[in-house]
Amino acid sequence: MIRLLEARGIAKRFGGVQALSDVSLSINKGEIYGLIGPNGAGKTTFFNVLTGAYVADQGEFIFAGAELPRGKPHEVVARGIARTFQNIRLFRDMTALENVMAGHHIRMKANVWGILTQNRATREEERLATLRAYELLKYVGIERYADTISKNLSYGDQRRLEIARALATEPQLLALDEPAAGMNATETGQLRTLIETIRNDGVTVLLIEHDVKLVMGLCDRVAVLDFGKKIAEDVPAVVQRDTAVIEAYLGGAHHAH
Amino acid sequence: METLLQQIVNGLVVGSVYSLVALGYTMVYGILGLINFAHGDVMMIGALVALQAILFAQKMWPSLGPLALVGIGLVVSIPTCMLLGYVVERTAYRRLRNAPRLAPLITAIGVSFLLQTLAMIIWGRGYHSFPQLISTVPMQPIEGVFVTPVQITTLLVSAGLMAALLLVVNKTPLGRAMRATAENHRVASLMGVDANKIIAITFIIGSALAAIAGVMVASNYGIAHYTMGFLPGLKAFTAAVLGGIGNIGGAMLGGIVLGLVESIGAGYIETWSFGFLNSSYQDIFAFIILGAVLIFRPTGLLGERVADRA
Amino acid sequence: MNELAAVIPWLGTHKPRAARWVVIVLMITAPLIAAFFGRTWMRVLDFALLYVMLALGLNLVVGFAGLLDLGYIAFYAVGAYTWAFLASPHFGLHLPFWIVLPAGAAFAALAGLILGTPVLRLRGDYLAIVTLGFGEIVRIFMNNLNYPVNITNGPQGINALDPIIIFGWDISRNWQVTDNLSVNSLFFYYYAFLACVIGSVIFIQRMQVSRMGRAWAAIRDDDLAAKAIGINVRNVKLLAFSLGATFGGVAGGLFGAFQGFVSPESFSLMESIMVLAMVVFGGMGNLGGVIVGALILSFLPEVLRHHAVPLQQAVFGTVILDPEVLRLLIYALALILMMALRPAGLIPAHSRYSRPELLKAEPVPAEGRA
Repeated sequence: MIRLLEARGIAKRFGGVQALSDVSLSINKGEIYGLIGPNGAGKTTFFNVLTGAYVADQGEFIFAGAELPRGKPHEVVARGIARTFQNIRLFRDMTALENVMAGHHIRMKANVWGILTQNRATREEERLATLRAYELLKYVGIERYADTISKNLSYGDQRRLEIARALATEPQLLALDEPAAGMNATETGQLRTLIETIRNDGVTVLLIEHDVKLVMGLCDRVAVLDFGKKIAEDVPAVVQRDTAVIEAYLGGAHHAH
Repeated sequence: METLLQQIVNGLVVGSVYSLVALGYTMVYGILGLINFAHGDVMMIGALVALQAILFAQKMWPSLGPLALVGIGLVVSIPTCMLLGYVVERTAYRRLRNAPRLAPLITAIGVSFLLQTLAMIIWGRGYHSFPQLISTVPMQPIEGVFVTPVQITTLLVSAGLMAALLLVVNKTPLGRAMRATAENHRVASLMGVDANKIIAITFIIGSALAAIAGVMVASNYGIAHYTMGFLPGLKAFTAAVLGGIGNIGGAMLGGIVLGLVESIGAGYIETWSFGFLNSSYQDIFAFIILGAVLIFRPTGLLGERVADRA
Repeated sequence: MNELAAVIPWLGTHKPRAARWVVIVLMITAPLIAAFFGRTWMRVLDFALLYVMLALGLNLVVGFAGLLDLGYIAFYAVGAYTWAFLASPHFGLHLPFWIVLPAGAAFAALAGLILGTPVLRLRGDYLAIVTLGFGEIVRIFMNNLNYPVNITNGPQGINALDPIIIFGWDISRNWQVTDNLSVNSLFFYYYAFLACVIGSVIFIQRMQVSRMGRAWAAIRDDDLAAKAIGINVRNVKLLAFSLGATFGGVAGGLFGAFQGFVSPESFSLMESIMVLAMVVFGGMGNLGGVIVGALILSFLPEVLRHHAVPLQQAVFGTVILDPEVLRLLIYALALILMMALRPAGLIPAHSRYSRPELLKAEPVPAEGRA
């Protein structure tokens, strides 16, 4: 097993709330890793710290053998971590194709001079980026909407588009924040297939999910957060029988999936 | 030493006016998150309407004393501005409450220029001399330091109004509703607060304060003019930001601090810059403070850092 | 050109080719049409093109990147004063056109960088108010830097700026073809400005359909999501801001040369608001709309000046609304009414950030076509 990401003692505090305390976990290359926990357990905060949206108070992330920069989202993406959002965040006024092309920004090189003169390198890069974006739309199954303004897409298609956009950054690790939220059973099933395909094509997946059934069926390993602490980390079958986990979920009131 | 004391006196007077206008900005920003660009122009309208009323009263009842005339000016201009504030909120801003962020601000800029243009149509382009009904004869409480009765009045009135506003906001049901709305419109609505009404009232109170500030500014300088709202308005906004926007106590503090910095700065800028800059550069202090506060301490002097959790 | 053609009602949508020809013919013959109505209108037309350039530049900042810049006119001032410093008797320098104009552009870009670096991380409305403050600071300096060393000549401004001279040809001189036929210099200025506008449009279009244009649209639509796909938000904003400033600088240089004098009065906040009104009126982010917006809002006040005033005289026997008031009224109402009724502008259109036709440039691999 090659270790892709290692979180060491991550802590983050907001005012009086300790959102994360001493969270350590490690994700292996090629696996689908689930991060679950009741509402407010710190899952999204973990995501935000990992991707550089927030700076951790303590701890560090080792990714592909080197420490990740802190508080610099664009450098984290450059290193190979892409994310989606719990409440979909697309570029509303761009078409689906353009959204994915925007995702490819960081892997493109054209500068103002090249764009102004439209030299051969710029033209070729733009053509390849367009083709690549279309391929990614096809990959997630929405290529027929390439020219549709993204805000006019259906909810499920917007989710797929967001994943395609994240893949356009050419990540090694794809971090999905509750991708199944608001989906019906059919859509969730399709999503599951998509995530498995992505993994089989060599991208490691970190999955935050409320839908425990989806996580248990899909993930190779699962970590459980509760009140900002990691209370379990193992294969789904073990985690499912963990008393602390059952306690967290049953004690945590309304979560009885 | 006298110069410094003198600058402090001047700074306090100007600053108290900034504070008064800043309250209007900060209340609206606190509730709507909107920079009501037109607020300074409401102040200008207040001054010009008061001027019109005073001139009319002087003609009709020549025997009236100066205090009665100021009273008439205020009695006419305060309701006018309250109405104006309400109309602007109702017609221009309310429909944009859920629009993209920049839309209300662009509208506010438009309203500001519209008010200036209307004032230009009604009162013309010239400077009007504002009758100095409260004495401007300087007194010398300390040797070498001058202060005029109108300055003292300005300070006292501002202090009184601010105290009254603090009372309203902190001790009355209306104040509680305002604070709840500022916290969160939707939740306030669910708790039975009519957010639309509270927002309208906020505009009305702010406009009333602006009307009074307008009369005080015009009385101090003896001049009223259709552009007189712009610069004080901008500076008052700076004061609000300096104190911590959305924070009423902060607006007061910010106004006083800005007034002092400006006045002391203008007095010494020539010395500090080795004669290169002079007091014509007074206005840049406000802009530099504005930029510096927003960049380095956007929560202002009294604001607290709110964790922006997603 | 296609953007403008699309603006023409009916023709633009039904016969785009014909519409394009209409635009081309209009662009070439516009000064002749204006000349038919009198020399004043030729001047108005020339100024309108300067405003088009300004609006295009501001649109880059406001429309593309979503950064509300209320001090934009300061960059126009930098360009104009650069021309005044380097090509007028004021300092006795008379550098050639092809040094002075790029210098103005470069200084404006530099000013954009210097201002942008600290302020661009501010949120939308704060940014607006800080840039407004910057514009005012620049104006205060223009007004007062005549003492103790006379740099700007204060409120009087600087006179006798050199005209544009291209390869020894002074385009500010009328061309005496025969004894009784001369071509007015306003024609030459028109075509010179037109060339600049066309160059700007091509440049901006290329930027729009590129990784930069998409990055601008991304930060405008969703700052956080833009960061999450690896866009260096600060750099990309700074690029938009200083490119916009560059356009302002070029327009300012041309303005100085065209008008022959510069003074702080030409660079008031009102001018910034006017340019903003043009962008908002036409449609933020939409090139055709912005150009049409700038043209309409440049011409409308002049038309009113010539017709509304005599009309008022005739109807009321006196002038109630003088031209200046009318102008302000139009701009103020343009801002308020557009935001209330048509926030997408007069000509709402989807802006393109890609060329889907590139997909057909080479056959797409056939596998897996669902």
